[in-house]
This record gives sequence, C-alpha cells and structure tokens, in this order.
Amino acid sequence: MDKKTHKDPAKTSAELPSVDLNPPEVQPQKPPAPPAERTIELPEELRKRTVKGPGGVEIEVEPLRDYYCEAPPTVMPAAYSKIVEDLFNWARAESIWILGFGTGCGAIEMRPLMTPRYDAYRYGIQWRPTPRQANLFVISGYLSVKTLKRAIRSYEQMQNPKYVVGLGSCTINGGMYWDSYNTIKRLDEYLPVDLYITGCMPRPEALLAGFMDLKRMIRAGEAEGANKYAEYFDWYKANQKRVIKDWDMPDYSW
Amino acid sequence: MIELYEQLKQRYALGEISVQRFDLVFITVPRENLASLLLYLRDTEGFTHLVLLTAVDWIEDNKFQLTYLINNRESATDLGLRVIIDRDEASMESIHDLWPTAATYQRELKEMFGIDFPGSPRIDEDFILEGWTEIPPYRRDFDTLEYSRDTYLERPGRSTSDPAQHMKQLFYPEDKD
Amino acid sequence: MGFEWIKIPYSLLTLFIVVNYGLLLNALIAKIAARVGRRHGIPIWQNYVDMIKNYGLRTSITHGVMFYMGPVFRLSGGVGLLLFVPTIYGSVMFSNLSFAGDLILALYFVFFGTLGMALGAGESGHPYAAIGVSRGLAQVTAAELPFALAVFAVALQYETLSVTEIVAAQQGSYLNWTLFTNPFAVAAAMLSFLGSMMRPPFDVVLAPQEIPIGPPTEYHSSYLALMQTNRAIFPIAKMVVYMNLFFGGAVSWPIFFVKIFLIYMVSVLVGVVFPRFHVEHSVRWFLIWAVPLGVIAVAIV
Ligand code: SF4
Repeated sequence: MDKKTHKDPAKTSAELPSVDLNPPEVQPQKPPAPPAERTIELPEELRKRTVKGPGGVEIEVEPLRDYYCEAPPTVMPAAYSKIVEDLFNWARAESIWILGFGTGCGAIEMRPLMTPRYDAYRYGIQWRPTPRQANLFVISGYLSVKTLKRAIRSYEQMQNPKYVVGLGSCTINGGMYWDSYNTIKRLDEYLPVDLYITGCMPRPEALLAGFMDLKRMIRAGEAEGANKYAEYFDWYKANQKRVIKDWDMPDYSW
Repeated sequence: MIELYEQLKQRYALGEISVQRFDLVFITVPRENLASLLLYLRDTEGFTHLVLLTAVDWIEDNKFQLTYLINNRESATDLGLRVIIDRDEASMESIHDLWPTAATYQRELKEMFGIDFPGSPRIDEDFILEGWTEIPPYRRDFDTLEYSRDTYLERPGRSTSDPAQHMKQLFYPEDKD
Repeated sequence: MGFEWIKIPYSLLTLFIVVNYGLLLNALIAKIAARVGRRHGIPIWQNYVDMIKNYGLRTSITHGVMFYMGPVFRLSGGVGLLLFVPTIYGSVMFSNLSFAGDLILALYFVFFGTLGMALGAGESGHPYAAIGVSRGLAQVTAAELPFALAVFAVALQYETLSVTEIVAAQQGSYLNWTLFTNPFAVAAAMLSFLGSMMRPPFDVVLAPQEIPIGPPTEYHSSYLALMQTNRAIFPIAKMVVYMNLFFGGAVSWPIFFVKIFLIYMVSVLVGVVFPRFHVEHSVRWFLIWAVPLGVIAVAIV
C-alpha cells in the first residue's frame, strides 16, 4: 500500500463518529411502517381462469390447485429392520449427491472440490444437475428472498432422505449481510439444516471436513431433516411465507 | 473534452462541468435537452456506448440525480450527463429508443428508486425484488437495518467489533492510548 | 425340441455376471478418466453404493403409467438384447435363448430401450427431458443406419441371420473374423457404435451442462436405480452383439471380459479426445462418413 493513503488504524477509528451497531432498547423506535399499499397479485398464468376446450367446452382452471399436488409431506418411517436401515444409511453416507445449485459467493468454493486437488469424488460425493436425484442441498452463502423461493422449491422436490448444509456465516446469522433488506439471516428457520460450515468463505478443506461430519451423522441415522420438515411443516411454511411476500407457488411441490 | 464542452455549450444550455480526470467529465444538463444531446453525442461525437445509467438520492434537496455515463471507444473517454429531477414525482423520459439496453437500467431504477420512465418496455415488472411492499429500498429514507430487523429472524449472540480496534488488540495489546 | 428349463437359471447367471461386470467396468472407466486428470476418482464399488442408496430412498413420485414403464422398457431392452445373442460361443450354459431369435430381433432390441425411454421421459413433462429425447432419437436413428447396413453386409456375407452361425463361421483363426473378412462393415459399425454409447463426442443427449441430464431429468430413487442397472447391462449387451458379429465372439469368460473391455475402450478413447457434437453435426457426420462405408460393405459382399 502506498504511504500516503495508509493511515494509522487507531486514528481512523478516532475520527469516525462512533456507530453503535446494536442500539439499546431505550432509543426511540420509529413508528412501524404503514401497511403495504401494493397488493401483490399472482402472475397471469397462475390465476384462476376459464379456458375454452375443443368443441366449445368451458373449463375452469385453477393452476395452483390443478397442476400441482399440494399435499403436505409426511414423515417417512425408517426401514423395519435395523440391519436394512443401517445398510441404507451406510449407502446414503457413501453416496452423497449434491444438488448443483449455488446461491451465494460460496458456490465458487464448491467448484475446487471437483478438481484434482481436492477431488471429492473419491468420497462418493457427486454433483447432480436435478433436484430429483440429489440428496444434499448445499446452501452456499447468502440467500436473498428471491433465491429462497427457488431454494425451497428445489428442496421440496428432492426425495426423502435429504440433507441441507449451510455454508458460510451468511447462512448462520446473516454474515456481512446482517443488515440487508433482501437476505435472510437464519437458514434453519426456513429449511431444516443438518450442519453448518463456518467461515466467510470456508476453504474447500473445511467443506470436505464438513462433509465427513455429515457422513458420520447420516451413518448414525441422525440426519433426519426431511422428516423434521414434514413434522414441523406448518412452522416452516409460516416462516417462509412471512418473508416471501408474493407467494405464487404451490404450498408444497412434489 | 473541454473543447467538446465549449462546442456543445454554443448549442445547448448546459449546467456546470466537473472534470474528474482528463478522460472523465461530468456535465449537468437540463432534462429537456438530455435526449437530443445524447442523440447528438451518440451519432456525431462517437459516444456510442451507454456505460451505465444510475441515480443518486439527494434527499436533503428533495431531488434525484440521474447519471448517464457514455463512452467514446475511439478516444477512450467517458462523459457523464447529470440530470436533476424532482424527488416527489420522480419521472423521466425514457431513452430506450436510443439504447435498447437502457430499458433494463430503467426497470432497475423504477424498482430501486421508484423513478418512473413512462413508455419504457416492461417498466412495471419486477426486476430483482419480487413482491416488494415497502418504499423502494435505495431511497435514503428507507431504513434497511430496521427493515431487516423487523422482517428476518435473527440469531442471538451476534457481536460486532470495530476492525481497527480488534486488530490493535490482537497485535499491539500493550499499546494503550 | 422341447424347451429346456435349465436355461432359465443359466440365463440368470449370465445376467448376474454381466451386471456385475458392467458396474465394475463403468467404475473402472470413470477411474481411468479420473487418473488421466490426476485424480483418485471414485472407488471401484461406488456404483453399487449408489444403487443401494437409490433403492433405499424413502419416497418416490410418479408422473403416470408411462413414467413407470420407461425404465422397465429400457431395462428389458438391455436384458432382451443380452439374452437373445449367445454370450459365450459353444457353451451350453451361456448361449442363452439365442436359438429363438435372430439378428433382426437383436437390432430391434437395440432401439427398444430408447423408445421406451422416450415414452417415459415424455410423460414426466419436463422440458429438458423432451429436448433430450428428441435429440436422442434423432441421433440414435442416424447412428443406427450404418449399423443396420453393416449387419446386412454381414448377414449377406455369411448367408444367415442367426448370430450363432455367424460366430461359428468366424472361428478358427482371427483372420476369419469379420474385422478382416469385411473391414468396411466393421468400420461402419464401429462408427455407429461410438454414436450409441452416449459418450463424447455424442453425449449431447445427456449433456449434463446444458440440459441438466436430458431424458432422466425427472427420474429418481428406484426408477433411477433401475436405469443404472441398465446402464451396466446395455453397453455390455451391445458390445456382445458387436463382438459376435465382428470380432469372432468369445469362447470363454476371460476372452469375453478382455474383448468387451477393449471394445469399450475404443469409445472411451475417442471420447476423451473429441469434444461434443451438436445433434445436427452428428447426424450429418453419420450420414457422410459412416453410411457410405456401410453401403460399400454391402456392395462388395
Ligand atoms: S459467508 Fe461470506 S463468502 Fe459466504 S456468502 Fe456470505 S459473504 Fe459470501
């Protein structure tokens, strides 16, 4: 760094007005924002409508009801026999298929795992391009509300058992986006998280270590996020709907 | 650039000029002149590239400032045109007929600042935010911290430390002043 | 001649051996590719684990009857192809049901799986699946053309449609192989072989990067596991046909393993060298390069 711009750090902080990032309760609170004037409408293609079928038959279509199955998920029991369940858990742990969906900066740190240097394939970890075939959803960093919507749908399309790993401080408490108007701060309020990997950004080694931990959990049968999601479905939905103001999708997408 | 300014001045009413670098100049122009000026600069002076279109919220003066940054590839110079518009009824003529890409900028400005550009394609559609119900978030009277506190659940136990103090603690703990 | 019931366990045994060999071979190929990239690559048993995992998933959803049938058709295509050609020539145990069907039936089975997949994937309603299927059908059809010509050439040459007799005619010395007696037919067939193995440069059907994975986009859990099984069987079955028609068949399992491995390596080696073709490129490529070879092969017989 060049000499002129380099300032004594202590001096800089003295010059700055002190900003209290956590205002105490006594500070006068602003009155709550007036209720939203804008009502959000469903996009055209999802609204209820009548279409003319061949031969002039009129058909009422309500896309969200008719085109999607909205039945909430159910808790799926484990296999009856302990031995079979153990075998399955072992297989699940040794064959982790990650959904290739990167949400934040973290997506960039996942890629090195495929390269010769880290080579996650040797642990049975692979990337799958479709949620139907994936078991592990790595939320790789900050999640804006818009992405959260997609993340929820992708998560719901994955098949039980499925796991969620939160990557980086953004998923844990908002990280450096703690005061952003557009990103969520606690991932586990919206999706059942099995494991967090800390850091901003976590190194690929940290990711690998996290995956090893996840494997241990799966093996021990502790990673039951999908069942947790089914069990507390209403709670999760309420949380999701609180931040996603234009809910224009089915309540549960199979 | 100064020559260009002098030359333009004979034809258009121009506001103040601020020279940032030899190849970057900002000129304030009245809003009526903007479109014709842009057209002239694009077709005659070689400023063919619209680099960006952005806004500044001068909430104290109750004004918005729109900045149209255009670039001349030949001479590698940038020219910024500033237009001051009223904040209460924020609306501006669209320039999507000059640069089709401007439509995207205008959509963003509509969403983030609430500046309307009547006639611009898809101007009323959501751009980045979906289902935003508050005042546009880039307006300075929007309190993002408060909004995020009200809307998103927080995890307790978060603490913040001043980076300078923290590094000092770490490396020069004995140095007290 | 009555039906010998003992053939059923024998065929199952063949199937069992082939499935395992296929799974290991696929893993081995992946491992070789990884080694080329200086990676460790997947463990050799990874395919088994993946399959158990997929069978062990707790939920699965369906999009309709054809969605169920897709993987089943595909699997029966693979199994049928395998069972109607003699796996090991001259062995009572492993010639399977080859007495019952001839070359034309085998040809039909090659196509059967793709068609079944098209129906199933179409039912899933996923746009990527539809794109993948249309690409797949176009490409397989184009690839099938030179293969069919080569098969006709071979059938004319030996004046029979029975696979067993074709193999019999090639015994003795390797100079009797079709590879040497009718090189044009073999060349045409091998080019078509490249096209049907779903490896680069002809893997635009699956195209993992652009249309997630094409036809199987919506398939998961047990469906996917079935298809994985088929991915082990089908290439092997196909190569068995090739081996029988062009490379003198196999008289014992070790020879079988070696020959299959070598034939597979052809497509793998081509795959690591060449980038992916567009569908229209590959169709044109087949028509320009492979079909004339096939025509020559038929003409000179
Ligand atoms: S934790 Fe850091 S690296 Fe990760 S998404 Fe947040 S800001 Fe980006």
